[in-house]
Amino acid sequence: MAEVKLHGGWASPFSNKVVWALKLKGIPYEYIEEDLYNKSASLLKYNPVHKMIPVLVHGEKPVCESMVILEYIEEMWPQNPSLMPSDPYDRAQARFWIKFAEDKGVAVWKMFFSTGQVLENAMKAALEMLQTVEKHGLGEKKFFNGDNIGLADLAFGAIAYWLQVLEDVMGVKLFESHKFPSLHEWFENFRKVPVIEENLPNQHEMVIAFKRRRETLVTSA
Amino acid sequence: MPINLDTQGLITISQLKETRTKKVNLSKGEVVLLDCWAKIALAEKGVEYEPELRTCLGAKSDLLLKSNPIYKKVPVLLHDGKPLCESTVIVNYIDETWPSPPLLPSCASERAKARFWADFIDKKVIDAVCNIWKSKGKVPGTAKNEFIEILKQLVGALGEKDFFGGDSFGFVDVIAIPLTCWFYAVEKFGGFKVENECMQRETVARILPDPEKVCEFVIMLRNMFGIEQ
Repeated sequence: MAEVKLHGGWASPFSNKVVWALKLKGIPYEYIEEDLYNKSASLLKYNPVHKMIPVLVHGEKPVCESMVILEYIEEMWPQNPSLMPSDPYDRAQARFWIKFAEDKGVAVWKMFFSTGQVLENAMKAALEMLQTVEKHGLGEKKFFNGDNIGLADLAFGAIAYWLQVLEDVMGVKLFESHKFPSLHEWFENFRKVPVIEENLPNQHEMVIAFKRRRETLVTSA
Repeated sequence: MPINLDTQGLITISQLKETRTKKVNLSKGEVVLLDCWAKIALAEKGVEYEPELRTCLGAKSDLLLKSNPIYKKVPVLLHDGKPLCESTVIVNYIDETWPSPPLLPSCASERAKARFWADFIDKKVIDAVCNIWKSKGKVPGTAKNEFIEILKQLVGALGEKDFFGGDSFGFVDVIAIPLTCWFYAVEKFGGFKVENECMQRETVARILPDPEKVCEFVIMLRNMFGIEQ
């Protein structure tokens, strides 16, 4: 098998989604931690358009954008386990939620970079996103992918885990169990999947790192 | 049974006939941007349809609100009564359900490249187009520069190829092409020229609205939003 490399960031939700997919499938890979303030020449070569992590390099061919990478991993290594449904309509539903997570999850990251009215608007958008998923996302299913986790679960899992970190950093509370009982139950099940549990970056260390970064952002605003 | 295009860009597929028919009844009198993706994809697959176009503004039908309760907008594809929403999701579904001719490449790394550029267009181009026509008065230089930079990226991705898909019209071409009919409006309001040679393909030429009509539509939108002086 051609060599697999991942250029990532230990505290990046986008990078960790790819780690989860690779670990779930048991794909061996070399991990390269990128300094986002001093990006490597390789990263800039492999992702000239966005210049961002994560980038998966498979046999010297780069794949960029986290959800594009996840679909690539699923197509290259479709077994053990499969992370997408086999039925085209169910796949379309999974892709819809993956896109929703990407498009609307932006509000969560925006919160971190905002103050004042922009922050208020981002928090409102993040709450609306959670409300929509609570109402329409899971139905009676244990996971977005059914009985086992799939790509849509990885997409929302990243949002939920990092949202908890940002709540701590910024002293706000959005993802409350009494407001989002279905999502909370799903998230507890998600965290208990052994591969996920073993590959969640340390929340305490992330809070410290993010608090430091937030202070810099706020004071320079 | 042909596909019926319901109000506000809903496409209902009851039974499909896989023929290479060119018979389509299309009205170019009204501008419906967002369902062009699905129509071009279906036409590329050789599916006969007789759309009844309605304007995409106005009261949204109960069927649309029921089919897309989250975003409440077109495009929506209904296949055997089951709704699909979001243009890239719909085009992916059409490609998987009617695999011939394929829109996505067969090689996984080329498929990833196609998805990357479709994602780029979806995230960047639409916003950049809107930033220009929604500007009050003179379009800011930043909006124009951003649009030009984005176009340069796409031109770079296309390179010497006829299509983003290489030798054949593919997934990225389906996603990119409907936006080209907005270039005339962007040129008019942005005050610059965009070379547009994309209208020659038969499925595209007969489906895409006339760029002049799109421009009239944009003027109507600008009046609605209080942008037009």
